[in-house]
Amino acid sequence: MWLPEKKITIVCGHYGSGKTNLAVNLALSLSKAGKKTVLVDLDIVNPYFRAADNRRELEENGVRCVLPQFANTNVDVPSLPPQIHSVFVGDEKVIFDVGGDKDGAMALGVYRNAIAKCGYDMIGVCNMYRPLTPTPEETIENLAEIEAQCHLAFTALVNNSNLGEETTPRDIEASFGYADALAEKTNLPLLFTAVSDKVKLSTDRPIFPIRDVTKKIY
Amino acid sequence: MAKVLMKGNEAIAEAAIRSGCRHYFGYPITPQTEIAEYMAKRMPKIGGVCLQAESEIAAINMVLGASSAGVRVMTSSSSPGISLKSEGISYMVGSDLPALILNVQRGGPGLGGIQPAQSDYYQATKANGHGDLHLIVLAPNSIQEAADYTSLAFELGDKYRVPVMMLADGALGQMMEPVEFKEVAETALPEKPWATTGTECKRKKNIINSLFIKPDELEVSVNERFDRYAEIEKNETRAEEYMTEDADIVIVSYGITSRICKTAITLARKEGLKVGMVRPITLWPYPSNTLAKVAKTAKEFLVVELNKGQMVDDVKISIECSRPVSFYGRTGGMMPTPEEILEELRKIGGRIE
Repeated sequence: MWLPEKKITIVCGHYGSGKTNLAVNLALSLSKAGKKTVLVDLDIVNPYFRAADNRRELEENGVRCVLPQFANTNVDVPSLPPQIHSVFVGDEKVIFDVGGDKDGAMALGVYRNAIAKCGYDMIGVCNMYRPLTPTPEETIENLAEIEAQCHLAFTALVNNSNLGEETTPRDIEASFGYADALAEKTNLPLLFTAVSDKVKLSTDRPIFPIRDVTKKIY
Repeated sequence: MAKVLMKGNEAIAEAAIRSGCRHYFGYPITPQTEIAEYMAKRMPKIGGVCLQAESEIAAINMVLGASSAGVRVMTSSSSPGISLKSEGISYMVGSDLPALILNVQRGGPGLGGIQPAQSDYYQATKANGHGDLHLIVLAPNSIQEAADYTSLAFELGDKYRVPVMMLADGALGQMMEPVEFKEVAETALPEKPWATTGTECKRKKNIINSLFIKPDELEVSVNERFDRYAEIEKNETRAEEYMTEDADIVIVSYGITSRICKTAITLARKEGLKVGMVRPITLWPYPSNTLAKVAKTAKEFLVVELNKGQMVDDVKISIECSRPVSFYGRTGGMMPTPEEILEELRKIGGRIE
């Protein structure tokens, strides 16, 4: 199973591609592997369904959380806490959960110099079942907008193609061609395919078993 | 078409486009801004118009203008923004103009908050603007329904020449589920001989207006509209019945809350409590007949909403107060858990034994 190696791992990509779910899973995996871990929620775009929903589980598992000051409150104030600067010093591994699209990447760009100095991987999370990124070309267009906005370049891709709770093994297999084409056209390594722990899929490809940590309403 | 994974807001926007809507006028407000963002990305690619107006009031009047010209048009907002649109909505009713008006509700009153709520039930069903008026009000409870009822809203609006409101909430707008879209051919859009499309000197001019100089003419116009409302009540009332056949306790709940209630019903049935649900899909026209029918065998009703009990009176009137009706709800953006609802069901269960 893939684990972040660099000091900083940025989880980035299209709106609704599954970034927060992957970021929370990665942070928990790092912590369970004995690494001091901090999760930074940089999402100033999305009003609901955010890493703050998982704060208790993250902290119980030893993950420090740095969250926007007004996450999950009744106001839309996109202010980020000063504690973010603390993650660039010290020996913690850092997971950045970035807001979707170029709008979300704006907040990331603020920290680009500190991030570049520390060394980073920037993962593009891709889901071909999202209606605005069904093809490699449209996904690449979205990723390019993000890079232009935050002034940081993607270093790797993750295939997170899924249909939520209705995902079948067939749906994931059907995304392999999309993911390979993306990797080829961008010349970026495809780290893994994220597969829900509820989906039974047998494949030789590298997979990352992912748990759905999105808040359940009903 | 294959399924895609979408937020409720995005699915509504895409469904509108597929229903032939090429005109969107709005103003941003959480938790529905994804609709404007989606429209801004998609409309220019398909020859449509997405315009961010200077205010909600301007947006609804642009909708009025576009609808007058006979095109399919929509606007969306969240609770405070819908209040601002109310005047324009009333003018549209008075002018017999169809459009989709979407309310992705958030907590109120006032600026309230950005978390989900259903506290605009009264506004949507009783008084979305001044005058003798009704809107058809559709309340989806899934992303698939949100997409399907978007198409339905345009069809009903055109058929009866009335504005249609879809009453969603922040949770439905923001959550993600798989959805599949019906293809609607552009050519299938109905003729609108009343629209102000230019006479080319070949016909009498059409006038779109809600002002009547003579009171008796205004009365005729209102009465004619109420004849159409009677047709809508007869033909378009929709509700889902869930496990009501043997139910002692019947929950009445709509939208996202009905999903929470379904989980609560599963839990209650495991404890031997016979619970079912009537889910109004049209909040106007209200499914009174369904409730009256169910009241013949049910012992007690429980209304569950994200407000302080705005639908309770509609249930009491529907069943002519023949059974006790109690209420459970959260407000201010808080959501009840299935366990909270189960606790209410246990209390009622203890009473009726």
